Formats: sequence, structure tokens, C-alpha cells
Amino acid sequence: MLSINGLRASIEGKEILKGINLEVKPGEVHAIMGPNGSGKSTLASVLAGREEYEVTGGNVIFQGKELLELAAEERAAEGIFLAFQYPVEIPGVTTINFLKTAVNEIRKYNGEEPLDAARFLKMVREKAKLVRMNDSLLKRALNEGFSGGEKKRNEIFQMAVLEPKLAILDETDSGLDIDALRIVAEGVNSLRSPERATIVVTHYQRLLDYIVPDFVHVLYKGRIVKSGPKELAFELEEKGYDWIKAEVEAEEVNQ
Amino acid sequence: MSTETIDLKTKLITDFHARESVMNGEARSAFYQKKRAALAQFDELGFPTPKNEEWKYSNVRDLISASYNFNTSDTLSAEDLIDLKMPEQAANILYFVNGHYNAELSKMASSSDQIIIDSLQNAYKKNPELVNSYFDELVKDDNDAFTSLNTAFAHDGVFIHVPDNQTVEHPVILRFVSDARKENIGSQPRNIIAVGKNAHVKIAEAFRTIGEERSFTNVVTEINVGEEAGVEYYKVQNESENAYHIGTTQVRMLDRSHFYAATVTLNGKFTRNNLNIVIDGERCEAHMYGLYFPDGTQHVDNHTVADHRKPNSESNELYKGILRDKSKGVFNGKIFVRPDAQKTNAFQSCKNIVLSPEATMNTKPQLEIYADDVKCSHGTTTGQIDEEALFYMRSRGISKPEAMSLLMFAFCADVVSQIKIDSIREYLENVIAEKLSEK
Repeated sequence: MLSINGLRASIEGKEILKGINLEVKPGEVHAIMGPNGSGKSTLASVLAGREEYEVTGGNVIFQGKELLELAAEERAAEGIFLAFQYPVEIPGVTTINFLKTAVNEIRKYNGEEPLDAARFLKMVREKAKLVRMNDSLLKRALNEGFSGGEKKRNEIFQMAVLEPKLAILDETDSGLDIDALRIVAEGVNSLRSPERATIVVTHYQRLLDYIVPDFVHVLYKGRIVKSGPKELAFELEEKGYDWIKAEVEAEEVNQ
Repeated sequence: MSTETIDLKTKLITDFHARESVMNGEARSAFYQKKRAALAQFDELGFPTPKNEEWKYSNVRDLISASYNFNTSDTLSAEDLIDLKMPEQAANILYFVNGHYNAELSKMASSSDQIIIDSLQNAYKKNPELVNSYFDELVKDDNDAFTSLNTAFAHDGVFIHVPDNQTVEHPVILRFVSDARKENIGSQPRNIIAVGKNAHVKIAEAFRTIGEERSFTNVVTEINVGEEAGVEYYKVQNESENAYHIGTTQVRMLDRSHFYAATVTLNGKFTRNNLNIVIDGERCEAHMYGLYFPDGTQHVDNHTVADHRKPNSESNELYKGILRDKSKGVFNGKIFVRPDAQKTNAFQSCKNIVLSPEATMNTKPQLEIYADDVKCSHGTTTGQIDEEALFYMRSRGISKPEAMSLLMFAFCADVVSQIKIDSIREYLENVIAEKLSEK
């Protein structure tokens, strides 16, 4: 489904990603972990099409298409969804109106008729239940004055409405208490299916208790330095990142 | 000074004296003496140049370089108005064609014991003392050439009087239409609004143009807000590419009154709006909202004054602009807090989105505070569209133009949502949505 090959990216002349390789197949959940500043969020942003980042090497194939050649909105229409670490407040645009526009723009891209108001509302209500999102939030301006937990829940709600093929969760657990974390994880899990894949970017293992990954990758200094089964996350939780850093540095010295 | 400047000024002064010479006794009235004094002031001041600090960024050279016919009679029929697609609503709707009241097109919805609405001319004929007691009283110290010019030629417009304790259910909508199909049209409507104690009313002024020739509107509105009264006042401009508009709205508020203003400029070649509020009472609330959306080479200038003269009142101001192409915007917001006006709260904010490198916005907040126990703040921002918001929307599949248009509509909604006359708010939402989809 997603194939990242030697991806390099920089921002303001500083190289952050230094050759990322990753294969994600339908149905899989991949966790990307790593210490602060290792490039986790950059990877998520580059995949979603954030223009501040300059791709300096490599390529990304998503369902047979060159992902990096598509605009952010085209990637979304092709089925990529990024749950933001810091969801943006947009005064004056209600969540419901925003989502209606998004759903219909994506349908237009895919040659489908727009959803009529009644069907859209019905669908949205069902999805809101899924993440236990209060209807009243839908009528409020997008994320404006929302608590941290409400913002993250809104991200998962949007994901449920847009039904992406590949969901990328960027530090979705940050700033969440355990109840909010559980609700968010439930939402994500309910969307798991053999056709869909998820990339969970996180600093802590905590979220992975609820969203159990098939693979864990450790990102450090812009490269994936270690990959393994879900147990790797437990090891990281127990031992921290220092032993990985030491391994990488030892390797660098050997070279 | 160019020769054209002298031409229009001289022409107007000559015109004034020509009218005077055929008057029959009326020239001796107190009303007329005010007009004569105003003409003398206009003569002395002359049209402003950019050397005048108040007109630094707004040059009227182009406006006064042409001649205008100020003396047309009614030239419009109901059919002519269809294309303007003006919204219908249960309201008192008055039409002014080239500045002259048109009774045929107008309709009233409120009873006359709730509100007196008449053309200035008729009102003066019926009750000269009453009209004269308000006429020019609020603007006589204005020291502005255009205001003086309007006073000198004040002939028609609206006279509204809301008696004490009346809450007028139906809004009053004043539609000023310039018929510039055949020639350059000048009009100088003069509006007098007096709202009694504990009376409440919503009033809108809407300015439109038909035809491609020039129109020059020089409007003055005087609004007296009585004790405990509540007035909502909206000014909506959606004129032609050849429309020049100069307007002054002068307001005086008494104790415990509320005044809400929204000034929305959607189209017009050259627009200058002065909104001056004298808060001459305690525990008053004055709110000023503004929105301007010029494109092409349009020019929109908003000058506002919140003049706090008594203690314990509040003024709150939010002006917003979107500037495209080579358009120019000017915002000058003055706040005066006089020595007696302790415990004043005065807030001012002006936010602009400049969408083209060739568009310019000049903002100038001006605070003069002579009392020591006050809360005042002001802020202006001028920038592009919020990139982070744009990316967020695009990451959900919304195309860039659609995302921009949603964001800009939301930006405008802050001001538009303040308008409490449904048909006008909906009309504005439609026109703004249309303007946003143009490019």
C-alpha cells in the first residue's frame, strides 16, 4: 500500500529525514517511535504534503501512485489522513460545514456525486457516536475553544467520517488523560480493517497498549534504526532510548 | 490646486446662489441660515488634498475632476430595480433615487404612532421647528468640506423620529440608488434620525448604482440616541466600478444607551466613510463593526471616532478587510477619552488580509486619553491567509481555492453575523460568497 524508499527531507536547509525506508501493507498497524527531535513528526508531515518541507531524495509510492507529486488535498482524496499533533483552530467555520465540504470535495475528486444533506447528517451522527463526540461540538467553530482532549477526539471523528485507507496519527496521545486516550484508541480500533493501514507516531508506549501495532520502528537521527514486533515497544518503555542511541553511535564509530 | 478643482467647487457655489435667488422668503429661515453658513465654510475649506492629515491616504482629485448632475428628478421605475436583486423583507423600505425620495417605490410597515418616517423635505414642510431642532446640530463643528457641502445643499433624505418607549418591530431600510445610465450623477442625501428615551430601532442604509457612468454620493446622517435607547445602524455599499462615495455618520449617545454600527463596503471605486460617535452619557455601549472587500483599483477609507465625554461607558470596535489586486484600504480609528470620562473601557481592533503584493493597507489607531482610570486597547494586523489553517483544510481534501474561500468567508462572518436585519445579513452572505468564488 505504502512504500517509502530512501526518503530525505529538509526544512530551511536543515536535513531532518536522512533516508527512510518503510513498507506498509493493507491491514497493518505500524508504530513509529523515537526520542524527541528524531524526525517522527517530519515524516508524518511530509507524507501528508506539508509544503514547508523540501524533499531532497527518495520517493514514496502510495497505491501505485507517486505520492510526492500530489498536492495535500489530492493525497487526502487518495485516502491519506493525518491526525494532527496540534489541531488548528479555525474561527467561523463550523466542524459540520468543514466536514461537509471535505467529504464532497473528496467525492468530487473521485468522480462521485455530492452527498445530500440528510445522508451526510445521518452518517456524521453515527460517526460522532463512535468517538462519543457531543453533537453540540459539531456546530461550533472548528476546534475553537476545544479542550486538548476534544481536539484530539475531533481528529479521530474526522478520520471516521473520511474513512481513509492510510491513517497517520501524529502524537495523538500527547496531552490526553487515560479516559480520553481510551476513547481515541477505541475510535481508531473500530476503523481497523483488512483494507486499511495505520501509522501511529508516538513518543510513549502508552498508546500502544490500546492500539496494538504489528510492527514497531525506532526513528533516530532521521533514519529507522531498529524495527521489530510489538514487544520492541515494551523494551523501549522499560529501557528508554539510550541503549538505541548507544548502538547507533557505536555503529557510527565503526564506520 | 488644479483647474478642475476650482471648477467643481465654483460650479457648486454658483449653483447655490442661483437657487437662492429664486427663493421666496424661505432664505430668512433658521434652517436656511445654517445652510448658508455651511456654504461659507465649504468655500473656505475647499476640497481636501492629501496635505490635510485626515485625507492623507485618500486623494479626491479624481472624484472632483468630473462634473455631476445634482438636479435630476426621479428616473427609476420598479422594473429598473429588478436587476439589483434587492432582498425582500417585512420592513419599512424607502427609496431615494439620485438622492430624492421616491414615494411610489417605497412602502411602510410600521404604524405612525410607533415611528415617524418621512422624507426630509416633507417632514420639514409639516414641522419645520422639529426638523430644524436636529438639523446640523451634531455636525456643525465637523470642519469637513464634504459635510459642509452636504449641509449647504441639504434638501432630501430621511427624517426618522422614534417617540419615547417605542420598540419598532420592523426595521427601516433606506435604499439609495444612483441612476448613472445616462450621465454622471451627484446626490447629497441628508438623514436625520432621532430616537427617543428607551426607544429601540434598527436602521439600514443601502447604496446601489445602476449604469456605467459616474455616481458621486455625499451623504450625511445625524443620529441622536436618547437615554436608554438602543439603535442598530447598518451601512451597506455595493455600488458600481464608477461610484464615488463620501459619507459621514455622526452619532450622539445619552445615558445608558446602546448603539451598534456595521459598515460594509463590498464594491465602489472610491469610498470614504466617517463614523463619529460622541458618547455623551454614562453607562453607554457603542459597538462599531466594519468590513471592506475591495478589488481592482478600488479604494476604501474608514475613519472612525469614539469620543468618550462621560464616565463609565464602553466602546468596542472591530474592522476587517480583505484586499485584492491593486486595491487600497485605509483605516483610521480615533479614541478620545476626555478628562471627565473616568472608568472608560475602549477597545479597537483592525484586521486585514492582503491577498496581492500590489494591494496596500494603511492603518492608524489614534488614542488620546486625558483621564487616568481607563482601560483602552488597540491592535491592528495585516497579513496573508493563515497557512497553518490552509494546510489543515487541504489535508482533509479541501482544495486550496475552496479552503481560501471558506477561511475568508469565516473572516467576514465575524462582522456580518452582527447584522440583525435578516434579509440584509443573508444578502451580504450571498454577495460575499459570490465575490469569493469569482477568483
